[in-house]
Amino acid sequence: MTDLAEPDSAVVRPSLLELFLAFAHVALSGFGGALPWARRMIVERKRWMTAEEFNEDFALSQFLPGPNVVNFSVVFGARIAGAAGAAVAFVGLMGPPLVIVTILAVLYRHYGDLEALSRILSGIGAAAAGLIVAMTIKMALPLFHRRIGWPAVIAIIAFIGVAIMRWPLPLVLVVLAPFAFALAWFYPAGTVKR
Amino acid sequence: MNDDSPLTALASYFALLSLVAIGGAVAAIPDMHRVAVDTMHWMNDRQFTDSFAIAQLSPGPNVMIVALIGYHVAGLAGASVATAAMCGPTCIVAYFAAHTWNRFRTARWRIALQAALVPVSLGLIGASAFVLARAADKNLAAAAITITTVVVAIFTRISPLWLFAIAGLLGLTGWL
Repeated sequence: MTDLAEPDSAVVRPSLLELFLAFAHVALSGFGGALPWARRMIVERKRWMTAEEFNEDFALSQFLPGPNVVNFSVVFGARIAGAAGAAVAFVGLMGPPLVIVTILAVLYRHYGDLEALSRILSGIGAAAAGLIVAMTIKMALPLFHRRIGWPAVIAIIAFIGVAIMRWPLPLVLVVLAPFAFALAWFYPAGTVKR
Repeated sequence: MNDDSPLTALASYFALLSLVAIGGAVAAIPDMHRVAVDTMHWMNDRQFTDSFAIAQLSPGPNVMIVALIGYHVAGLAGASVATAAMCGPTCIVAYFAAHTWNRFRTARWRIALQAALVPVSLGLIGASAFVLARAADKNLAAAAITITTVVVAIFTRISPLWLFAIAGLLGLTGWL
């Protein structure tokens, strides 16, 4: 893995404890997703990675299936200290929020039927849904900005399959991904760079 | 643990979901809703939207909704099993990819794969937005909160926590 860590005078190497604390900090400061906080911590404050390296690992984490920031913790941890680094970063990221969310789950089990709590949560649920709508719009803008190409068509088919038809996600993916890959292979001009 | 135990169902479902969740945990929410509410009847619509709201309220990765579903189904064991299943397979993939990915920086298949998956994940996240909004917006006032949040989130940099606080207060005082 030495080929991964390009020596760079501006970049410093964290210890395992520092790695754990950094990811715990990222996890606890991020509401509605933790990736932007990971960038602030790792590139800007700690200088453990250059911005280019971060972008590279970030792209990989987004492209892999599963929770993006979890992937990122594993990719980054492995880059720093192999399997131990990956495990430490992962536990730092997931451990503290899991404790908090478990406490909230216990509270919800006991008080979830209270009229007041149920009203509060229905308000927050409506706002939280709005955040995901906003996220979709921000992501969609570059795709629908210019002439509509195959990426927009693929996105619309994925949307209809999952949201309207309610087909299982594994099925939609197994059918759609090879199509999208073939289109990207033969019509790279239709691709949209992020 | 026998084959029809809820822990087995949680483990096998989330392990599979982990490997198809292109675009992260948010992209997988419609499928979680389909399975947890419609197919397995683990929870009802309101409990699902409540879980999503709680997950967004708590600090940390969006994947925390998986722990809440697991807890609802089988307590602490359920929360641990569901979270481990949702993270485990993809962590192993990520670990090996970390070592090989950069070698293929300019490979045509890698560029094509990345370009192919961007629109797929966009479609899935859009589906998530649709499913969540439809479940949360039971009346006009709730829909107004959703639309206001969209506008504020796109045009300002106000922390989502403020939006949650205002929306929660509106809910509490009986506007919804």
